[in-house]
Amino acid sequence: MEFEPVIGLEIHAQLLTDSKIFCGCSTRFGAPPNTHTCPVCLGMPGVLPVLNRKVVEFTIKMALATNCRINRENGFARKNYFYPDLPKGYQISQYAYPLAEEGYVDVETEGGNKRIGIIRIHMEEDAGKLIHDEHFPSSYVDLNRTGVPLMEIVSAPDIRSAEEAAAYLRRLHEILVYLEICDGNMEEGSFRCDANVSLRPRGQEEFGIRAELKNMNSFRNVQRALEYEIKRQRYVLEGGSEVIQETRLWDDAQGITLPMRSKEEAHDYRYFPDPDLVTVAVGTDWVEEIRRTMPELPLEKRERFRREYGIPAYDAGVLTASRVLADYYEEVVRGCERPKIAANWVMGDLLRFLNEDRRDIRDCPIPAASLAEMIRLIEEGVISGKMAKEISEEMYRTGKEPRTIIAEKGLVQITDEGALIPVLEKVIADHPNQLAQYRGGKDKLFGFFVGQVMKATQGKANPQLINDLLKKMLAG
Amino acid sequence: MELHALTIHELQDKLRSGETTAADILASVYSRIAAVDDKVHAYITLTKEAAELQAAAADTAIRRGEMGVLTGIPISLKDIFCTQGVPTTCGSRILANFVPPYDATVVGKLRAAGAVFAGKANMDEFAMGSSTETSYFGVTRNPWDLDRIPGGSSGGSAAAVAADECIASLGSDTGGSIRQPAALCGVVGMKPTYGRVSRFGLVAFASSLDQIGPFTKDVEDCAILMNVIAGYDPRESTSVDTEVPDYRSFLDRGVAGLRVGIPKEYFIAGIDPEIRTAVETAIGILEKGGARLVEISLPHTEYCLAVYYIVAPAEASSNLARYDGVKYGFRSPEGRDLLDMYKQSRSAGFGEEVKRRIIIGTYVLSSGYYDAYYKKASQVRALIRRDFDAAFEKCDVIATPTSPTAAFRIGERTDDPMQMYLSDILTISANLAGIPGISVPCGFTRDALPIGLQFLAGHFREGLLIQTGAAYEILAATRSLIARYKREKMSLS
Repeated sequence: MEFEPVIGLEIHAQLLTDSKIFCGCSTRFGAPPNTHTCPVCLGMPGVLPVLNRKVVEFTIKMALATNCRINRENGFARKNYFYPDLPKGYQISQYAYPLAEEGYVDVETEGGNKRIGIIRIHMEEDAGKLIHDEHFPSSYVDLNRTGVPLMEIVSAPDIRSAEEAAAYLRRLHEILVYLEICDGNMEEGSFRCDANVSLRPRGQEEFGIRAELKNMNSFRNVQRALEYEIKRQRYVLEGGSEVIQETRLWDDAQGITLPMRSKEEAHDYRYFPDPDLVTVAVGTDWVEEIRRTMPELPLEKRERFRREYGIPAYDAGVLTASRVLADYYEEVVRGCERPKIAANWVMGDLLRFLNEDRRDIRDCPIPAASLAEMIRLIEEGVISGKMAKEISEEMYRTGKEPRTIIAEKGLVQITDEGALIPVLEKVIADHPNQLAQYRGGKDKLFGFFVGQVMKATQGKANPQLINDLLKKMLAG
Repeated sequence: MELHALTIHELQDKLRSGETTAADILASVYSRIAAVDDKVHAYITLTKEAAELQAAAADTAIRRGEMGVLTGIPISLKDIFCTQGVPTTCGSRILANFVPPYDATVVGKLRAAGAVFAGKANMDEFAMGSSTETSYFGVTRNPWDLDRIPGGSSGGSAAAVAADECIASLGSDTGGSIRQPAALCGVVGMKPTYGRVSRFGLVAFASSLDQIGPFTKDVEDCAILMNVIAGYDPRESTSVDTEVPDYRSFLDRGVAGLRVGIPKEYFIAGIDPEIRTAVETAIGILEKGGARLVEISLPHTEYCLAVYYIVAPAEASSNLARYDGVKYGFRSPEGRDLLDMYKQSRSAGFGEEVKRRIIIGTYVLSSGYYDAYYKKASQVRALIRRDFDAAFEKCDVIATPTSPTAAFRIGERTDDPMQMYLSDILTISANLAGIPGISVPCGFTRDALPIGLQFLAGHFREGLLIQTGAAYEILAATRSLIARYKREKMSLS
């Protein structure tokens, strides 16, 4: 029997607000434990939450970017459970009345474009972190993260492969980062993904029994974990057994999923509306105001780059991977008016430099205007492509403008015949044997002479000019 | 009369004229505490040293001519209000060692108005009770009869005001916890509209019902305290940003032409005949004062108790989850692992009544029961609110007894939770509807136990309650009646 995987993803994105969702504490990552806390996020007796409007605004942005319906009236509920990283004994989340519902995103897969539904997007608070002492049987609680705003995005069970899941995840990640509402850092946990996976015989409507996968902290791990889990469930079903409904943790080292201890998931969360918070009213004016400030989204940008700059889809994809990179590229194009050449330089040397140093485009030492000028200089024949390589490296290292580097290094191309002819004459005169062989029909030696000229001019001679002159002079 | 027996406004006159000092007033209050609190046990924590500094600061301010609304007035606080640097126990072992690093909004307001904090008053554990018998720190006794309870849950506050162990007090009212003890101790107690007084820093029992209000010796003092504590607080989402009137301006408006609604559902079997007679007499006095009596109906009254005992425990079960032994408060040293530490800490840290309500609340919110209990209760609650909206189209205020009986004996109802819960049958509806209510003394039983008269009004109509209460106080000459009973009948005196 052939089985079809049915996958739904739950994504938690930490929102890039300055302060927490229900108090004024900072959300900055990496501070000493429990320094970004106050009585409210510590869950002390008598304190009350007050909603940060920025969290609502950010969530509305995501809802608009994913074609969701925004609920004009939505509200918070308490999810009750005990854990030391949850100081109130409940998490404030949205349950019956989420902010947004019924959206979708389109993703590109090997099988073509596919639309993945989004069931809901809601706001909630993050929990703290436990730090376990390796040498002593005790644990420490760091509540800096408690109350950091999260957005949960729940997909419909529309995903049919690990590859589609990864494409969907990348699409959401890209949108969140474009909107500048999440930094998208999976390792630090600001972008997390859980998956529900089940298999059903192809052609069957009804879903199979699902497992929930957790602990996948990279795009690659999500795909690996899903591939593993799909295979595991297929073996279970082919063996005539049933899949157990359970939560399984991805074990990166072993490359497998393992069941979580069942005790830890036997929860009845006893959701009920949080009486300390009032209904969140989202008026049309507010939504329209936010809509007006929405940036161009990745897909739209990609399409425009192809159209406007005439570059291949692949290039458009790479160059729009982040908003900052796309902006950089566009600035280069504006400065040199050579979109394809600009694309080659940005995607080639520039991204290579940055990747080697694990540097973000935001921290790129070469101003876009400098790169544009360098491309112009190549086009004008002032410098050769080879010189440009050297100049770009120097620009990356020092941040200097191309003209400064050219002047410092004396890199201007020799394009003056009068200056080149004596050099060529000397090279020919110094190699009588090679000249004789060349004239005897050994054409390959042409390259030898070009090399000698380049050497003699320290690479500054215009290659085209050398070719033209050498041909004439070698012919005698 | 001794200073501790006076009201806020009487003491203010003396302070203003230089006839007395804040230090003298505090000394008088503390001598009274020293004399009677062994018997009454109104306080959990006394803050004498801090109070003396506050009184000294008050005297300096008075000398400089900077007298605030409460400058130099010793006030006690129910031990449910967070007080910076002063233990806040909520009457529970689980918070016995808890010292908040912040003041509740109301505490900050009293401080800013110049109040002197005498101490933290006893209460039923986490405000769950009607007799102040569930406190981890022992029972508070009714100053009128030390064998009887003072009511609850704010019994310490009511007893402290009645026994002159402070000039006024702040309490909290979730189902009657200000009005019922006020009635049983013969003082004035008001529960304002939900959203009128900030709950920030009030240790939560049932968040959608809790409201803070004053205990005072007369209605004028109630108006004075309301002027200080009412108002919008950006730290509370359910706080309402609407204008606060000068409540003192309602004091001498009289009741001529006022429509007083009498709900038939509140004068039924179960009300002690002596109480019923006293309240009917009181209503007669209002009528003689020019009030028009209107018979009204609140048809969903019979469901109030049931709705309350679903909604309040549900919210409490969640609100009290934070007391887990992890961060502050009591932690049992017995715990073998995390789960066991939770169990041991909460089992030993909470008293019986609190545990009973946590279990009820957990049950009604459980999956499979939520719709039948919590959701249904919320729907009936909306109907109860609508009853009042309809009633207030026909009348301005509603008059009822505050409590079906006078103070009962210590231990009389502790083994019968249902009997105990019935103590709040006449007060719970105001919390469910979010409307304000006041209890004013309206005489005594044959055993010289105080009787309370309750007035209810529409949302944010506290002014009407002060108007009606103040008029009744004058028409019935309550103050002199109480003074005479205090001299002749109070077992403490």
